[in-house]
Amino acid sequence: MGVGIEVEDLNAWYGQTHTLKGINLQIPANSATALIGPSGCGKSTFVRCLNRMHETNPVARAEGTVRVGNVDIYKDASPVEVRRRIGMVFERPNPFPTMSIYDNVASGLKLNGFRNKRVLDEVVERSLRQAALWDEVKDHLKSKSGASLSGGQQQRLCIARAIAVDPEVLLMDEPASALDPVSTAKIEDLIFQLKDEYTIVIVTHNMQQAARVAEKTGFFLSGHLVEFDSTHKIFTNPSDKRTEDYITGRFG
Amino acid sequence: MPHRPSRANVGRRQAANHLFSVLAILSTVLVIAPLFAILVYLLFQGVRSLNVAFFTHLPRPVGEPGGGMANSIVGSGIILALASLLGIPVGIGAGIYLYEFGGGKTLANAIRFTADVLNGVPSIVMGIAAYSLIVVPQKHFSAFAAGVALAIMMVPTVTRTTEEMLATVPNAVREAALGLGIPKWRTVMTVSLKTASPGIITGCMLAFARVAGETAPLLFTAFGNQFWPASLNEPIAALPLQIFVYAVSPYDEWHRLAWAGALVLIVLIMVSVTLVRVVTGRGMLNGGH
Repeated sequence: MGVGIEVEDLNAWYGQTHTLKGINLQIPANSATALIGPSGCGKSTFVRCLNRMHETNPVARAEGTVRVGNVDIYKDASPVEVRRRIGMVFERPNPFPTMSIYDNVASGLKLNGFRNKRVLDEVVERSLRQAALWDEVKDHLKSKSGASLSGGQQQRLCIARAIAVDPEVLLMDEPASALDPVSTAKIEDLIFQLKDEYTIVIVTHNMQQAARVAEKTGFFLSGHLVEFDSTHKIFTNPSDKRTEDYITGRFG
Repeated sequence: MPHRPSRANVGRRQAANHLFSVLAILSTVLVIAPLFAILVYLLFQGVRSLNVAFFTHLPRPVGEPGGGMANSIVGSGIILALASLLGIPVGIGAGIYLYEFGGGKTLANAIRFTADVLNGVPSIVMGIAAYSLIVVPQKHFSAFAAGVALAIMMVPTVTRTTEEMLATVPNAVREAALGLGIPKWRTVMTVSLKTASPGIITGCMLAFARVAGETAPLLFTAFGNQFWPASLNEPIAALPLQIFVYAVSPYDEWHRLAWAGALVLIVLIMVSVTLVRVVTGRGMLNGGH
């Protein structure tokens, strides 16, 4: 089951550049939340701060409070623990090229020392079914490499891999921007299915996509969260002039 | 009117294309030719003295016919196994540090510089170093000293190829692992190393093949031995040494044995490199690229 996320006064820097400025928001559990905004506005940085992935970049740092469920992820947990609970799907599909489809999905469990084969089999099948990939790959789970799939299949494989460790939150950083429209539609269907069980945060450049999948939408601009409200309100009657300009395409 | 390539000089461009293709093929032939020449000449000279005894018997004194280089073949095997056992893990470890953990740190730059300098140190100097550091304090020549000398020669090549091969692993793959909550060391050991392994194995094989034929560092360390190797703490026979001793001798019979030894050495190197490739190439998944 998903949990909610509370962000209080989050600031982030890349070296000297102040990329996130005093972000406050509450992401509801078991729903999809979209983050939109022009390139470089800080939305990717923001999701990376939610699972401490920004720390893999030596010049990045963040200050503030992020509570996932009841855990303050900067104070009460290690990055490794945080990332086990908060899965991530990246812009470019990144399956492990040397692993079979099966091992890709099982990797999160296997590489953390889990070995029970019967349970692994079950988890792999369930995750691939949830990611709507099972029927396409079930005949060559162990004989084909994850890299041999098409781009859209690879991205669904990455989603299966992320949900195989049963996270509470799933972060998606432009998961469909490198995919064709058919694959994109499949990913969106998937988000629709998954949001009953997981809290989903999706960064997207595609405003129709935000409107289709998300209950809530946040608009970022130059490191500020300009507006955060129900998706319907953001797209039909935004309170801030800058949000309106952006969604009507008057700039950006 | 936009500029379009004119049809006028198509003929000239095709001629240039042919010219450069021919030059490229010629260069390829020039690269391969010496290897073939050496192999053919070695076969021609060496094959006559090859027989079962060569692989099973100890060397005989001058004048006695027959005899072989069995102890040298085994000795070389022992020295090279020791060198690989010592040199490859250290080299890979240093390469991992340089790429995955070193970042822009001073220590990493110092290691990188040292590795490059070490790579340029003449092999005879490496032999003298092992001699003064191991042979002199121990007061005897040994297989161990030879293994250490060759291991040190392997390290720079293995280190730098490991670093370069890890650099070819896309960062997205590392992020995928870290994003799953897999600790950094485990990400490196499984995902990064596994993805880079074909290149790293090639680097190890290059280092192995290079030191397999080294003679100079063995002169002061392995020293040579007429008998079967009994311990790592004794002087030991090695193929390159035995070839050297026979080749500079005044006896025709020994010259022939030296040719045979050279042929066996080069074939053994080729066989072991190919074997490693076949063994590690197996288990690769189809598809991919």
